[in-house]
Amino acid sequence: MAVKVLIPTPLQKFTRDQAAIECNGGNISELLDSLEQGFPGIKARLCDDQGELRRFINFYVNSEDIRFLEGKNTALNEGDEVSIVPAVAGG
Amino acid sequence: MTQAIETTRSAAATFTGLKCKECGTEYEAKAIHVCEECFGPLEVAYDYAQLRRTVTRESIQAGPNSIWRYRSFLPVESEHPIDVGTGMTPLLQANRLARRLGIKRLFIKNDAVNMPTLSFKDRVVSVALTRARELGFTTVSCASTGNLANSTAAIAAHAGLECYVFIPSDLEAGKVMGTLIYSPTVMAVHGNYDQVNRLCSEVANTHGWGFVNINLRPYYSEGSKTLGYEVAEQLGWQLPDHIVAPLASGSLFTKIYKGFQEFVKVGLVDDKPVRFSGAQAEGCSPIAQAFAEGRDFITPVKPSTIAKSIAIGNPADGVYALELARKTNGNIESVTDQEIIDGIKLLAETEGIFTETAGGTTIAVLKKLVEAGKINPDETTVAYITGNGLKTQEAVQGYVGEPFTIEPKLDSFERALERSRTLDRLEWQQVSV
Repeated sequence: MAVKVLIPTPLQKFTRDQAAIECNGGNISELLDSLEQGFPGIKARLCDDQGELRRFINFYVNSEDIRFLEGKNTALNEGDEVSIVPAVAGG
Repeated sequence: MTQAIETTRSAAATFTGLKCKECGTEYEAKAIHVCEECFGPLEVAYDYAQLRRTVTRESIQAGPNSIWRYRSFLPVESEHPIDVGTGMTPLLQANRLARRLGIKRLFIKNDAVNMPTLSFKDRVVSVALTRARELGFTTVSCASTGNLANSTAAIAAHAGLECYVFIPSDLEAGKVMGTLIYSPTVMAVHGNYDQVNRLCSEVANTHGWGFVNINLRPYYSEGSKTLGYEVAEQLGWQLPDHIVAPLASGSLFTKIYKGFQEFVKVGLVDDKPVRFSGAQAEGCSPIAQAFAEGRDFITPVKPSTIAKSIAIGNPADGVYALELARKTNGNIESVTDQEIIDGIKLLAETEGIFTETAGGTTIAVLKKLVEAGKINPDETTVAYITGNGLKTQEAVQGYVGEPFTIEPKLDSFERALERSRTLDRLEWQQVSV
């Protein structure tokens, strides 16, 4: 499944300054592995030592937080847009 | 008037840079907000040894009657920070409310009358825009539930900065008008605050704007520490025993704590345990739920509450707020929308303060904690009221009385007066005294 991934600024040095990249994966876990293949080192920034997504990162599939979907098992379809967004404060 | 006050203190910065709150990686004090290593939030680091040598109670008291009297503890370098009279709001001893609740020493920190836009956000924005100017930004922006939008637009106007504001499209009319009047560009986004924030995170670095709550967040959030400093100073250079504050992203709560700790660290007040209790609306209570269930992580929720100013379903500093309440032997509670309305009315009727829904939430939680025996009647307790009720009139529409419409004649007045007294008596019969 080819999906579009939006890369936050702190990770763009891994993606040669690209803010959006095309990537493959049937779900978020597979997408992470595919990202790592294309851009070595990126997965360690997104996941902790146990392989879980770090607690200050949010993943969205087509604008929906994956914690409201199936988490890392959230299925991806052709043409989906995945956003990786660091937590921000405000109000 | 405060503009005319000359800042005589040295322009030398007392902060040394930014540091990741999670892994400790250090960064230069630029417009960045997350750690590149672990995505943890970045915090401003200070030279406390220098502060200890140079700052005294007297030097603070000799400063302006605004948050800038604490300039040494804020992350700016300017000789002339943007001072629109923000801060030094009243700390009111709330005897009538205390009696009604059954406690002895209660204070209200009243940021419903903060300047210039009647919420605590003027504190954080004054700091963020001063720093934005120092970093060379000419355009500033924010994602907001309303109060931050008001404040950013107003202070940007004063400072001559271009301003773009992003809000959820369903905000209260007063908050939208209170932004538009300053003529920023306003984007009303179909979606909740968390969605607005996500959009802004994607926009933040594409146009070279200073987003106060995104790339300027480390500086912005430091402004909330002044709510800790002021309470300590206004209590006669002492810390309270217990504070109750609303929780949205959790940032305010943790920064009040940081403010108290810094005053202890540099010797301005004596150390003592302060309990931290947080207030959420039941329709958006991810931190209260985690607290109740004993979890150490926050599960995001989709907000559904009248308390829109604190309706953040995915709170960035939620885990820190959770840790703080537990560590200090405090509590985090949530209340229903009806309890929030009752809280707004209770504060208005007992203390003459008209707060918005966030303040209603705080008062309702305060009441709930007292009733549950979770506030000791002898504790010096401070409740933080962070916003003004005139901005969220929709929330209490239909829950307050109506005027008696009368003719300009004495008998018309007398009849209405009799009627009002009868209504009063009926109401009193319903209240258990």
